[in-house]
Amino acid sequence: MIKHLLSAEDLDPEHAVAVLDTAARLDAALSGREVKKLPTLRGRTVVNLFYEDSTRTRTSFELAAKRLSADVINFSAKGSSVSKGESLKDTALTLQAMGADAVVIRHSMSGAPRRLTRWVAGSVINAGDGTHEHPTQALLDAYTMRRHLRDGSGDLKGVRVVIVGDVLHSRVARSNVRLLCTLGADVVLVSPPTLLPVGLAAWPCEVSYDLDATLPGADVVMMLRVQRERMTASYFPSAREYSRRYGLDRARVALLDEHALVMHPGPMNRGMEIAAEVADDPRHSVITEQVTNGVSVRMAVLYMLLSGESE
Amino acid sequence: MPALPNPVLSPLGALKTVLSAEDVARVLDRIAHQIIEKTRGGTDVVLLGIPTRGAHLGRRLAERIANFADVAVGLGVLDITLYRDDLRTRGFRPLGETVEPEGGLDGKLVILVDDVLFSGRTVRAALDAITDLGRPRAVQLAVLVDRGHRELPIRADYVGKNLPTSPDEQVKVSLIECDGVDSVAIVPAARGDNLATTIGTELDSRDSDHDSQDVEQDPDETE
Repeated sequence: MIKHLLSAEDLDPEHAVAVLDTAARLDAALSGREVKKLPTLRGRTVVNLFYEDSTRTRTSFELAAKRLSADVINFSAKGSSVSKGESLKDTALTLQAMGADAVVIRHSMSGAPRRLTRWVAGSVINAGDGTHEHPTQALLDAYTMRRHLRDGSGDLKGVRVVIVGDVLHSRVARSNVRLLCTLGADVVLVSPPTLLPVGLAAWPCEVSYDLDATLPGADVVMMLRVQRERMTASYFPSAREYSRRYGLDRARVALLDEHALVMHPGPMNRGMEIAAEVADDPRHSVITEQVTNGVSVRMAVLYMLLSGESE
Repeated sequence: MPALPNPVLSPLGALKTVLSAEDVARVLDRIAHQIIEKTRGGTDVVLLGIPTRGAHLGRRLAERIANFADVAVGLGVLDITLYRDDLRTRGFRPLGETVEPEGGLDGKLVILVDDVLFSGRTVRAALDAITDLGRPRAVQLAVLVDRGHRELPIRADYVGKNLPTSPDEQVKVSLIECDGVDSVAIVPAARGDNLATTIGTELDSRDSDHDSQDVEQDPDETE
């Protein structure tokens, strides 16, 4: 079994399916139970090392670790020695000295998790690094698709996934393209040309600038957040124009097939990339379910990484 | 108790069959009758099979009890992987399915069903898992084969066959549902040509035995 989860690329088809199947089993085993707790990771320590703000990912990892009975330490850049200028390396060595079995890291610099693997002995899980990757988000997205599409058979081969918006700054898009490709789905990226990264030709996916043309026949539409905080230049003329051309509103939802899913990794800019009424539409939107599924998938990842290491 | 069939050597001279398909059927008939007798007709009984083969055996016992005594006993499947005590040393294992019996476990007489009782660690894990699911009135244990070598103070209430084995032998239970045939066989420890390899394999199999569980040792395990 693998030791770290830094990129969706770390998962070959066999591992990816193993994680998703394990998550489904965990879901089934815990649903309907009063005591939602398993003794699996008793005595192990999981550190949440968050250099960037996060609501759902951090709480989701915390809940996942606690449901498996691990001890959880939350460590955010604010209110720690980081605000006094401590380097990532020194922080890592401190965690190492405390004996962390797994470090869940979110950092604004791409590649920080990989760097961290050189300084800590435990497993490292990437919870989002800069504009690089966010593999557990891709896993929970795939898990959500598996639950709803193809009658729950779990096979995503040939499923058509349209990913719309700020691909350039999106670690979610990168991880999703990699994982969905591993699982055999067909991915279409839709974005204004200014928000597409260089080197896109090498990605295993199609690219389009026209959202309306890609919606009919899509099984999943995944809207990406417009990441204002990472934008150092102007990438489109105005929010209104972006919303007109690439926002998912009611008229565009009408183009979708009956079974199509609307997803969003959150947090949403309602009215910008997605209309409020679309986000709350129970016929297509599975956005809140994505959050629920995040816990199961992260439990599966922790179980897989932490039970696998043996001396 | 059916007569012991003559040990049959397979063409390889390796596999020693101890229960044939007919023997397995007779043994299960007997256990079903014993359950009915010991539980006064099988009221409030819930059978909990431990995947993979225990789950199949639980299903068969429930059918037999329904035939013999005309009671519908509760039936469930309990995967104990997440409760094992060797996850740190044995690495990732895929999870089996868990099916909670209708009506839950509270106040019921739960009978755990497994194919082989060895170290007892699987049963210990199952007892922990049951505690998380509810509070049964009592818990009993039914196994097709008891091969000895307990590492914990655990015993079975219903035993299909007591099978004296050496620790490095393996007991291979095959069931129609997953293996296409019903049988119980002993796989001897691998034999080496010289002492060194013998000791080597012995140590290896000891190691993999540590914590039990012939079910997981089955070479053809597929789940």
